Amino acid sequence: MEECIRFDHVTKRYGSHTALLDFDLTVYRGEFLTMIGRSGCGKTTALRLINGLLTPDEGSVSVLGKDVAHTDLIALRRSIGYAIQNVGLFPHMTVAKNIAYVPSLSKSWTRSQEQQEVEKLLHTVGLDSSLAGRYPHELSGGQQQRVGIARALAGNPQVLLMDEPFGAVDEITRRGLQQEILKLQKELGITLLFVTHDIKEALLLGSRVLVMENGRISQLDTPEGLCAAPADDFVRELVAGRA
Amino acid sequence: MEFFSNVLQIYSERWPWFMELLGEQLRISLLSILISGSIGLLLGIFIAEHRRFAEPIIGVCNVFYTIPAIALLGLLIPLVGIGEKNAIIAIVLYGLMPMVRNTYTGITNISSDLIDAAVGMGSTKRQLLLRIKLPLATSVIIAGLRNLVVISIATGSIAAFIGGGGLGDAIFRGITMYNTEMIFAGSLMLVLLALICDYSLSRVEKYIKKKWRVE
Repeated sequence: MEECIRFDHVTKRYGSHTALLDFDLTVYRGEFLTMIGRSGCGKTTALRLINGLLTPDEGSVSVLGKDVAHTDLIALRRSIGYAIQNVGLFPHMTVAKNIAYVPSLSKSWTRSQEQQEVEKLLHTVGLDSSLAGRYPHELSGGQQQRVGIARALAGNPQVLLMDEPFGAVDEITRRGLQQEILKLQKELGITLLFVTHDIKEALLLGSRVLVMENGRISQLDTPEGLCAAPADDFVRELVAGRA
Repeated sequence: MEFFSNVLQIYSERWPWFMELLGEQLRISLLSILISGSIGLLLGIFIAEHRRFAEPIIGVCNVFYTIPAIALLGLLIPLVGIGEKNAIIAIVLYGLMPMVRNTYTGITNISSDLIDAAVGMGSTKRQLLLRIKLPLATSVIIAGLRNLVVISIATGSIAAFIGGGGLGDAIFRGITMYNTEMIFAGSLMLVLLALICDYSLSRVEKYIKKKWRVE
């Protein structure tokens, strides 16, 4: 399997709090990795080290063979889709402008192309193209999340980072979004790292699940492996609560 | 009632003169708003990007803002003499505070989630400022501009006392001639000017807030 993202003995501290400690992880191309743990366990920190929003205190992170510390961060970020909790859609831009944000930064879409691509992406995430001219506040929570996904997919990223993207929507909407992202990830063959605090979500979506506790890896396994053989009490407790 | 008909008479007799004063007033105001607005905006952006300079720069602007307008005009006389130039410099110094403060507050109050998303998607510093920060701070910046406009009209009318021209001239001349109608005529135009300018900008502010739902 081809390596996509690698953490090599990464430590990250905030003052006296250690967010990640001697953290090693290899993510393979085309993998759907879900990351779960309590708040403050380091899962969001790990994600933000990948697109260089944070820099490690010790160790290194590399994406597609390139060390993040020694690469053009702007170009790297534009090649990685990024969707965060509570959407982060820009309120002063229409849906179309939000979706076209990354391509517009590098001026890689012409105006007519933009219209086409936006329509295509809206369709991809199951939205009607008539929404293109709306502003984010005119959409429902679920629609906003879908636009957030469409925006992260614009520019055909090979890697997608999602930080609790479905945190703010109701249960029924969330189920729809989960099926959608599962389908999209398979179709597009994207490497997806997905942070969540919902074990059901982590087990449902991930081809592998990473359980984290206090900045370390508790267990990294397939959903089946995780349920069949929990590595410690924390994982056991976690998978016991899935029902 | 006789008083008001006298006021109307003054307007009709001296209409060209009033228009000339209004023209002067507008020129002084516009020029100083343009200068103060640009400097204030740039300074506000600068301290929002380099926070350690925020306190000293806002402190200095606050000193200018605290000096009473007539005293500021007086202090400038030994430096630049009397007249329009003095008035413009005084308004510029006076108006820095609302522009700097509002630009700074507008930018620093943007939700960190939005900034994070924009940075994480690969915006350069410049793109972040021009496409995200400034647009999202616009309604707060316009509130500062409103303040600046009101200041420029208020200070500009006092500037007539140091030969700065404008509608304050009508009030000043009315006082020296004991002509209450002329004082009233000049004052009324200043009041209307201030209200109209402030109201139009408040409409712009509302429109932006409504459209983007940003507070």
